Amino acid sequence: MRILVVEDDKDVAGFVVKGLREAGHTVEHADNGRDGLFLAASENFDAIILDRMLPGGIDGLRLMETLRAQDNATPVLFLSALGQVDDRVKGLKAGGDDYLTKPFAFAELLARVEALTRRGKTDGPMTRLTVGDLEMDLLSRSVRRGDQKIELQPREFRLLEYLMRHAGQVVTRTMLLEGVWDYHFDPQTNVIDVHVSRLRQKIDKPFELPLLHTVRNAGYMLRAEEV
Amino acid sequence: MKRMAADSAAPPGVIHAPGSWRLIRSAGRRFAVLYALMFGVSSCLLAVSLWYSTIGLVQRQVENAIHSDDLALTALAQPPDGNLAEVAEAIATRLMTPADTGGIYLLVDGANKRVAGNLDSWPQGLTQMNVWYQLPVTRNGAASVALLRAEALPDGARLIVGRDVRVRAQLWRVLRNGLIWTGFLMVGLGVVGAIVIRSIFRRMVRDISITSRAIAKGDLSRRLPLGVGEEFDELAVIINDMLDRISRLMDGVRQVSNAIAHDLRTPVTRARARLEDAALHAESKEDMQAAIERAIQDLDGIVGVFEALLRIAEIEAGSRRAAFAPIDLTQTLWDMDELYRAVAEERGLHLRAVINAPLPIFGDRELVQQAVANLLDNALKFSTPGMTIDLSARLEDDVVQIVVADRGPGIAPADRRRATERFFRAEAARSTAGSGLGLALVSAVAQLHNGTLQLFDNNPGLRAVICLPSRE
Repeated sequence: MRILVVEDDKDVAGFVVKGLREAGHTVEHADNGRDGLFLAASENFDAIILDRMLPGGIDGLRLMETLRAQDNATPVLFLSALGQVDDRVKGLKAGGDDYLTKPFAFAELLARVEALTRRGKTDGPMTRLTVGDLEMDLLSRSVRRGDQKIELQPREFRLLEYLMRHAGQVVTRTMLLEGVWDYHFDPQTNVIDVHVSRLRQKIDKPFELPLLHTVRNAGYMLRAEEV
Repeated sequence: MKRMAADSAAPPGVIHAPGSWRLIRSAGRRFAVLYALMFGVSSCLLAVSLWYSTIGLVQRQVENAIHSDDLALTALAQPPDGNLAEVAEAIATRLMTPADTGGIYLLVDGANKRVAGNLDSWPQGLTQMNVWYQLPVTRNGAASVALLRAEALPDGARLIVGRDVRVRAQLWRVLRNGLIWTGFLMVGLGVVGAIVIRSIFRRMVRDISITSRAIAKGDLSRRLPLGVGEEFDELAVIINDMLDRISRLMDGVRQVSNAIAHDLRTPVTRARARLEDAALHAESKEDMQAAIERAIQDLDGIVGVFEALLRIAEIEAGSRRAAFAPIDLTQTLWDMDELYRAVAEERGLHLRAVINAPLPIFGDRELVQQAVANLLDNALKFSTPGMTIDLSARLEDDVVQIVVADRGPGIAPADRRRATERFFRAEAARSTAGSGLGLALVSAVAQLHNGTLQLFDNNPGLRAVICLPSRE
């Protein structure tokens, strides 16, 4: 994937660029808003990681608005030290696709950027999701694995749906809280772990090959092959 | 901080009145001038209407009297029955009336010879018939001023009928002089009134400005005095409320900075020590890795504390009120029950939820979620296997009451009041994980919704009750 990082802090930018390259992505970096806008407008990227506060006269929001005004729909993830709810809402309203507050864990950033690009590709309505021998029918809201029907509670169904839509990608606990429960804060209790382990009991326990994997220091991943 | 500085750099919202009004900078003077103007204009209007109604009325009355007299006398002269002698007789009769009505008559025949009347000669200047004249005349030998009208009679005779208006001219003069003096008096009264108004205004504002100046210099304990007048009291109450809020916020800031200084030092010290220890003593790559990971965890913990602090500050600042909407909490609370039930069961606890619809409030769903989540986090943290946690909610007397009760160690009565302070941790809780910010946030959320957080003894355990005013 081709990713543009617009971030003025050298250390943060270096860390992000290095991490993304290690994860196998092609990365361009701009350290001010003007260069960032030029790159974003003139080349094709799969995703843009954009700092809110940038030097060079054009800040993140302006850059974003200019891009969207040019009908450029590249997914944008805001990276910002402005973490108040209002700031988040403002960023998303301006056309951002996701918002991550500094400081952040790289695993969280990576998972979210990869989820963004996936979201961009699946625009058509899907009726069926498949991971390995696990199948989900979104119309009849039923789940099967192999020839066995799996009974899920409504919330478990949504949790599995989210994981299947992001199959092969790391999904963090925060992403699950936001995406499945619509909670925008982190409870102190490990609620997500418990729900994921209950889901695992139902979809993995009776079968030989585990599909739902725990990724250390990051989150979870649903995929057919071994991690 | 950076953003705050940018905000305050914006031009202050000064409203300028247009034109010369701006020349009078003092509001007191403006009120005074306005008062004087109003007073002057209304006095002038009064004087003008008095003048015209009095003088006009007199004039009209005189004209009517002359006119009817004239008609009556003219009729007497008309042929076939009438003749000059009858007119002369009628004039003589009129002039014989003992009371002097100021009547003026002159009848001359075709040869211009005086037949009857009390004028000595035809007045100079009276040339046209049937027109009003005001002329000096000599009546019975005395000079006077009269309103006159001449009429042609048959056979070239002419008749003058008039009224002496010397008295009216006197009335006119008296009235004019009176009005001039009244004018002076009114100007005087207007000026005095303006001065009085200005000084009253200044006195009212003086208390407010003295107090405000003291407050601006940093004495936040001062409050504006009441009892100056209803409108000023209203202003004073608003300003006082604002000051209360400012001082509460400043206390909050002070408290938070103190707390940060004391309580964040500990985890920072821990992380620093771990890193330094690893740098000096780590023998293998694994040791180093482990130390770094622990340090990252410590830092994440610190970030978590910062986020909680900022969140509380954001809530207390009240800016979230802009996003308030009418919502019902029933489904929200069932969702929380579902989210936490799994964890409770995992830990061998029993979560009992009794949620009675409807639960309508005007507020922020996300904040209420977080508040209830914090209470449930606490309840889970302090419960041991086999215990029951109760989550209940109902609408009673226009108050939505959300209760989270556990059977854990609870909070000692002495600590209960301080439990909602930032970073406060009861003795029993010192050994458990946590930042001491959970209840502070719950309390802040409740207060933002004009509600309360109360803590009771659950015998044993803690019973936390959030009361939010219902929107209905």
